[in-house]
Amino acid sequence: MNHPAELHADHGHDDHGSHGDAQVHFSVRGYLVGFLLSVVLTAIPFWLVMAKVIPSSTGAAVAVLLIALVQILVHMVFFLHLDAKSQGGWNMLALIFTLVLVVIMLAGSLWVMHHMNANMMPMPMSPHEMRNMP
Amino acid sequence: MSETVPMNPDGDLTVVPPVFLDLKGHHHPENGTLLGFWIYLMSDCLIFACLFAAYGVLGRNYAGGPSGAELFELPLVAVNTGLLLLSSITYGFGMVSMQSGRKGGVLAWLAITGLLGAGFIGIELYEFTHLIAEGAGPQRSAFLTSFFSLVGTHGLHVTFGIVWLLVLMTQVTRFGLTPANRRRLFCLSMFWHFLDVVWVGVFTFVYLMGMLP
Repeated sequence: MNHPAELHADHGHDDHGSHGDAQVHFSVRGYLVGFLLSVVLTAIPFWLVMAKVIPSSTGAAVAVLLIALVQILVHMVFFLHLDAKSQGGWNMLALIFTLVLVVIMLAGSLWVMHHMNANMMPMPMSPHEMRNMP
Repeated sequence: MSETVPMNPDGDLTVVPPVFLDLKGHHHPENGTLLGFWIYLMSDCLIFACLFAAYGVLGRNYAGGPSGAELFELPLVAVNTGLLLLSSITYGFGMVSMQSGRKGGVLAWLAITGLLGAGFIGIELYEFTHLIAEGAGPQRSAFLTSFFSLVGTHGLHVTFGIVWLLVLMTQVTRFGLTPANRRRLFCLSMFWHFLDVVWVGVFTFVYLMGMLP
């Protein structure tokens, strides 16, 4: 206990006492619940795609994406221990801000590029010929 | 020198004591490192969002080359997903050990987590070399470029997570579960679980949706 580095570490610049992460309680049960939910939420989409359960491609994509969203929520709650109170709400605020940016960027890119693709003039050329285009 | 020392209105160099408007210290963050690390993770999230957007735009431009449905081996991806998910829960058990102050438990769980992560990277490297050997390298088509960028960036994150994990194992072995080491373990736990969250997006958006016609 009298190692100099350890003593120094006790007075780390933002460790006011040792209650640094005391607001988070880690429990085996919480991790197990999160793990089991994740296993189920991983197995279902793999089964949906590998066994070709949903014939419509769009339908399968929507189902798989929705399940992924649920699983991300499960990870956030059970593994990342995120709630509205952690760090006085600043964690949640940063997350919401990031999600807004992500949605704007993802949806915006896909939407704009899809429209540009759809409105392209048809080009009766093979990919090989395309390579020699200016 | 004169720029850093505040001066009196008279112009002489007597040092003025600093003024704190927040006398009770309410606005000082309780634990700045954890919030700062979370904000780093959010910026990392934006990097991945850009790569996902690029894959979403380019993922079906095969340039006459192979498509995802022809290349991907879903059983291998399922194994990889299982490894990463298991490593998430073993890291969680490490945090439970840390909470009850069991140094040996922390080290053992960290070692298991690192091995699972190494297994994940091993399988991913096998997949990449296999694809490149088949002639489906990143230069083949826009689809493969965006695929290798997205999945490769995730793999690079996991690799550096393992390096960080090894460093922390050395730290814990030498100095024990000091407050600083607990803080570092907590940061790495956020990083590790965050990578699992990103992987959920990868296997859904890239592999599973890539298999759909």
